[in-house]
Amino acid sequence: MDGDRIIVKKILLMGNPNNGKSVVFNRLTGADVIISNYPGTTVDFTQGKMRIDEEDMMVMDVPGTYSLDAGDKAERVAVKMLKDGDIVVNVVDATNLEKSLNLTVQLLKKKTPMIIALNFWDETKHKGIAIDFQKLEEILGVPCIPICAVTGEGIKKLTERLKEAKISKFSYEDKEKWHVIGDIIGQVQKLSHRHHTFMERLGDISTIPLFGIPLALVILFFTFKIIRFIGEGLIGYVFEPVFEKLWSPLLLKFSAVLGSDGLIHDVLIGKLIEGKIDYGQSFGLLTTGLFVPIGAVLPYVFAFYIILSVLEDCGYLPRLAVLVDGLMHRLGIHGLAIIPMMLGLGCNVPGILSTRILATRRERFIAATLLSIAVPCAALQAMVVGLMGKHMVFGLSVVYGTLFVVWVVLGILMDRLVSGTSPEIFIEIPPYRRPYLTDLLKKIWIRMKWFIKEAIPFVLLGVFIVNILYTLGIIQFVGKYTAPVVSGIFGLPKEAIGALLVGFLRKDVAVGMLAPLALNLKQLIIASVVLTMYFPCIATFSILIKELGFVDMLKASAIMIASALIVGGMLNLIL
Amino acid sequence: MNERISLADMQSGQKGRIVQIDGGGGMTRRLDALGLRVGKKIQKVSKQLMRGPVIVSHGNARVAVGFGMTQRIWMEIE
Ligand SMILES: Nc1nc2c(ncn2[C@@H]2O[C@H](COP(=O)(O)OP(=O)(O)OP(=O)(O)O)[C@@H](O)[C@H]2O)c(=O)[nH]1
Ligand SMILES: [Mg+2]
Repeated sequence: MDGDRIIVKKILLMGNPNNGKSVVFNRLTGADVIISNYPGTTVDFTQGKMRIDEEDMMVMDVPGTYSLDAGDKAERVAVKMLKDGDIVVNVVDATNLEKSLNLTVQLLKKKTPMIIALNFWDETKHKGIAIDFQKLEEILGVPCIPICAVTGEGIKKLTERLKEAKISKFSYEDKEKWHVIGDIIGQVQKLSHRHHTFMERLGDISTIPLFGIPLALVILFFTFKIIRFIGEGLIGYVFEPVFEKLWSPLLLKFSAVLGSDGLIHDVLIGKLIEGKIDYGQSFGLLTTGLFVPIGAVLPYVFAFYIILSVLEDCGYLPRLAVLVDGLMHRLGIHGLAIIPMMLGLGCNVPGILSTRILATRRERFIAATLLSIAVPCAALQAMVVGLMGKHMVFGLSVVYGTLFVVWVVLGILMDRLVSGTSPEIFIEIPPYRRPYLTDLLKKIWIRMKWFIKEAIPFVLLGVFIVNILYTLGIIQFVGKYTAPVVSGIFGLPKEAIGALLVGFLRKDVAVGMLAPLALNLKQLIIASVVLTMYFPCIATFSILIKELGFVDMLKASAIMIASALIVGGMLNLIL
Repeated sequence: MNERISLADMQSGQKGRIVQIDGGGGMTRRLDALGLRVGKKIQKVSKQLMRGPVIVSHGNARVAVGFGMTQRIWMEIE
């Protein structure tokens, strides 16, 4: 019945990219949306609920826009959403009024009730900016509330005054826009002279090649060092002892109860190697199935996300984007595509989602294809590290070196062959910011939760399927027919086909399946490269279909298979 | 008369005023949305190797502009 319909008010959070909309969103709704210090973190709109005075409201975190008339995709989405919003909360960067008011005055014209949150109020102080927000409220005719979203200051006031949101009578001629904005700023803002801070100077010089390139290399070096330190430390001092000293004895008892043999025993525990559990080779659900995601992969994923999150929050990534732009331009994408690539090193899925920060289909196709071919996820890398053991530094260098060359060469080829346009880089570079520990920890936690939820079920399924494939003799059977490729081209034992089959489910399990094959270093390198390149895992595969569409997905897959064959074969000849 | 050069040819650290933008409506609107428009005073912060982007500053804002675009933005040096 119509009368029973509950009309829920829709609140839209709108503002320039990187203005803190997602922080405000999390504060209002209690949600956990990812926050980072670069424009384009939120690529999809997210909705959440909040309650004010017994009334449920729907809050939407809209992707950021600078304007409503520049006509790019994010802006069209924003304009469309504006049509059925009841209240607009315009999140403004108080340290950058001119840029923010450009959108504000355009929003005022759309005649939706509005309220303004002057965010980054904390930063205005040390930037020598004084804003008379009451005066601004008078001029614009809508409530203006100073807030600091990260600490939560002013959020209560914002929710209290939400009901005062109103349609402004403010109007101006389009061609007078900047004049009008200049005029407003002249009336409400006072700047006091001050010296540039250390952070600001550091921010600027890290984009000067002479300093920026060495800095990038130093950061890269320490990234590897720290990830290795944390990953190895956690494995050596926490996870291995727990698995070996606590879990193994339990499993051995359980194994005895099951009679050390039989189908159920083999599925749950797997094979005992010399009467002991070998987490690399037993291949039961409770042994290898748990050890791979938790004991081998999780510590590295955790370490990686710590570093990535710090780099994101301090504001380094857009600067890296500027430094690598010249190179990436030759690959048909621009510097900002380094962000999806970095995310992809954790897991390809969020990486591919974030290719949406690129403007055109062509760029997104190239970036997503390069990412799924040449960017190994943390799970795969962690397992490769484990397998290579003492040859890790050399082995990994060859693997990364090869993948980098593939990335560049394929990029150059696609730049020549893929039709469409790739616009140039044009982004705002945010200031360096000190990461807020609570937000940082929350972000790492969100990502770990997501990893555990995604990885463990699929690894278990993978291990289960491995058992079935072996029990039914399928791997041996298929191996006979695929030997010309697997052994002939790649120089791997024919049983390695098992890894290629299972790699479609989870790449870490696939690498794990190489353990019993006793490969030499050359074979390990080839197998690692081929497993990275030949095809995406199922999670990545489905996100590729969603983002690229079916036809482009087929094209991307063809590129993957072909280049894996060529590169794997070449490595086999060269090494 | 002040000197008139493209943003691409400006030295890092130099300040100037945008006097002309050679570009279609699309490019002009994109630049405009990030505060770069005729009449605006900006400073060139840095440039990159391999025809990489140029970073300019105005007020507290920093914007990275692709090299091709910087060749079409004309500046009057102060
Ligand atoms: N110092 C300070 N930092 C803030 C404040 N609000 C947000 N930030 C930081 O600003 C950055 C951007 O915040 P987000 O919430 O991701 O911005 P967004 O508007 O959602 O950005 P997009 O999703 O890219 O459009 C993050 O690094 C935040 O920690 C604030 O009031 N003070
Ligand atoms: Mg956001």
